[in-house]
Amino acid sequence: MDFGFGIAPSSAVNLDSVDLEKFERLHTAEPDVYKCMACGSCSATCIAGRFSGMSVRKVLHCLQRGKEKEAVSMVKGCMLCGKCSMVCPRGINTRHVILSICRIYGEETK
Amino acid sequence: MKPKENIVVIGGGIAGLEAAGQLLKLGYNPIVIEKQDHLGGHVAEWNRLFPDMTPASEVVKRLIDQSSEANIFLNTEILFINRLKDRYNVMLSNGISIIARILLFTTGFRLFDASKKEEYGYGVYDQVITNRDLEHWFNNGNDKRIDASGMKAVGFVHCVGSRDEKARNPQCSKVCCITAIKQAIEVKQKFPEAMVYCFYMDLRMFGKKYEDFYISAQRDYGIRFIRGRVSEVSENIDGKVIVKAEDTLAGKPVKVTLDLLVLMSGIVCNPDSAKITGMIELPLDTDGFLKSRDNVADITASPKEGVFYAGSCTGPKTVPETLAEARSAALEIHSYLKEK
Repeated sequence: MDFGFGIAPSSAVNLDSVDLEKFERLHTAEPDVYKCMACGSCSATCIAGRFSGMSVRKVLHCLQRGKEKEAVSMVKGCMLCGKCSMVCPRGINTRHVILSICRIYGEETK
Repeated sequence: MKPKENIVVIGGGIAGLEAAGQLLKLGYNPIVIEKQDHLGGHVAEWNRLFPDMTPASEVVKRLIDQSSEANIFLNTEILFINRLKDRYNVMLSNGISIIARILLFTTGFRLFDASKKEEYGYGVYDQVITNRDLEHWFNNGNDKRIDASGMKAVGFVHCVGSRDEKARNPQCSKVCCITAIKQAIEVKQKFPEAMVYCFYMDLRMFGKKYEDFYISAQRDYGIRFIRGRVSEVSENIDGKVIVKAEDTLAGKPVKVTLDLLVLMSGIVCNPDSAKITGMIELPLDTDGFLKSRDNVADITASPKEGVFYAGSCTGPKTVPETLAEARSAALEIHSYLKEK
């Protein structure tokens, strides 16, 4: 029977059910991903961010919380200009990280 | 009567002065070598100290008074040190050489050169100053870059040259968080109409009453804390600076126009101490500061016989920590010589 409404899936992060297999592969390819301290320099300097919602800091965070779809849709806004890698205080090669994310997480969204 | 034992204290900042005062009381002859023309180091250039707004000049004056009987050489550098059998020969730039069994390094730190972070515009825009410039202005009210008449918005940037691998200083400088809060409160006291912003990554309120200070900055002074590292600073046609950051708590880019921007320059090891330690092959720790024999149990001892450390030559420290360490080093030296 259809009552015309449904229950939205929970938006809570359930760490018990997060599958980090891909993130571990990303970490193997890009050991610096754990160095991010979420300072926001990358997003503040991003030329695409304010139009497309792209934020390297948020992408890395979402991936670690199992929100892969959200992360992948953000990455699509990236123009690979590399400005974020210029400002990162931890020296993360963000541009390279983004390419690796595309490679590892992009497999099934092709 | 046996002559008093010489102890060479390298650096006339607060650590050197406190140690000299204690060594005098213990019956030694401390010889303080200071490169600059005044004693008190960085603290002598500061205005007031957190958390009780103690005037820095009072602290320095007390230290100078209690060490007044020590031999003090100002405007003096160390040309070389060589190891004799069981003592050191220290040659000074004023032509004097000293033979001593004990060397105490109180060589302190240097503030990070903010102009190296080009994107913050220090030395490029007149509205951008450092924490030290602001203290100088508190002290003498004389800085052409600060226009007191139309102060509407002031920003503080935390972690300038700290926690920054690009600047080759991945360490936390430890005292800038609380210094920024102190200076933000002082700026707000001088310009009650102005909006004051602090751009921080993490606030590290580790010391006595620091958290109270932080709460007071928020509640009593209305200072706005924005979690995000400033990515770039530019100037507009009205001669104000525009600061861009990400408000990471909102997840949105943030932009604000300011009349004055204060950069909290971090603490790096004094390059002069690296030069002197090179003369007697003292090792540096992985953080770039002098390496203690043990970072938990033996912070004031070096791995070398007769060489001791006190204060921020082994890492960023607050004033009370530095003074406590100087006293501890004096006592350590005393026990060392008693056992000999």
